[in-house]
Amino acid sequence: MRVLVLIISMVLSASVFAKVEALTFDTPQQEETYKRLIGELRCLVCQNQNIADSNAELAQDLRARTYDLVKQGMSEQEIIDHMVQRYGDFVMYRPPLKSTTIFLWIGPFILMFVAVVLVLLYVKRRRNEEQETNVDDAKLDAARKLLESEKE
Amino acid sequence: MKKTLLPLIFFVGMAALFYFVLGKMNKGEYNPRDIPTEFIGRAAPEFALPDLFDPSETVRPSDMMGKVWLLNVWGTWCPECWREHDYLLKLKRDGVPIIGVDWRDTEEDAKDFLRRKGNPFIKVPFDPKSVAAIEWGVYGAPETFLIDAQGIIRVKHAGGMDPKVWNEKFEPWFSDGSAVK
Repeated sequence: MRVLVLIISMVLSASVFAKVEALTFDTPQQEETYKRLIGELRCLVCQNQNIADSNAELAQDLRARTYDLVKQGMSEQEIIDHMVQRYGDFVMYRPPLKSTTIFLWIGPFILMFVAVVLVLLYVKRRRNEEQETNVDDAKLDAARKLLESEKE
Repeated sequence: MKKTLLPLIFFVGMAALFYFVLGKMNKGEYNPRDIPTEFIGRAAPEFALPDLFDPSETVRPSDMMGKVWLLNVWGTWCPECWREHDYLLKLKRDGVPIIGVDWRDTEEDAKDFLRRKGNPFIKVPFDPKSVAAIEWGVYGAPETFLIDAQGIIRVKHAGGMDPKVWNEKFEPWFSDGSAVK
């Protein structure tokens, strides 16, 4: 019984903290667009969050602006353009491929490539070292015999 | 060269890099949160907001056409705005017209602040819901824009105003004698 109460109170407490913004949309498509947009737009204050996850005040206002524009019937691309005009490519979590953003896009692949090359070099060197320490079978046999004789 | 030295060299290299970047940050030459602005050379975005002291009056950037002026975005919740306040008052005394968008504030706090510390602004559009702020691409306070007589944004500065920033970025636009020497 106490466990049950505990579980119920834990479940309830989570819903107390989850501040829900009650929004109504004209069509389910509008709601879809809104949800996709707030997941794609970056919060300018806490820069590693999108505006859906952020509770910064500016993020709240940007959500409200997004909502208004969706309600006005603007398309997804039009709303993104609206935001980019004001906040630049930075506001998008997936910025367009341009000369200024090229490193964002290919940087991870460069790092990956460097890492793979380093690992390959390391493995190759290890293999060479192993080969250098190869001992011929006769010596191994002798060693094994020596060990066994000591056991007895 | 000993292989065991490699991590140490790597460590020293990284430490030097971080030290260099931190130094730049402390001197205000580099701000990792800075976002390149989209507004230089663009027409000042329009908004229509009630004045803090007289809500019946509407403040519009287009009313300033023909003047070189500053738009300063501030709030009583912003520590840097307190710090730059005295310098804004000095600019006012020198004759620089500043419109101060009061961003995400309460009316009482803002009025109280300006009454006690002095009001450097010719108009104070009240913007509790970020209407003007989003229109101008503002993401923090204070931010200061300079708009020329043709209504084009020429300068934007994110952060507090001080003599150095003023002389480097803003003063040249007033040097034709229209406001400050």
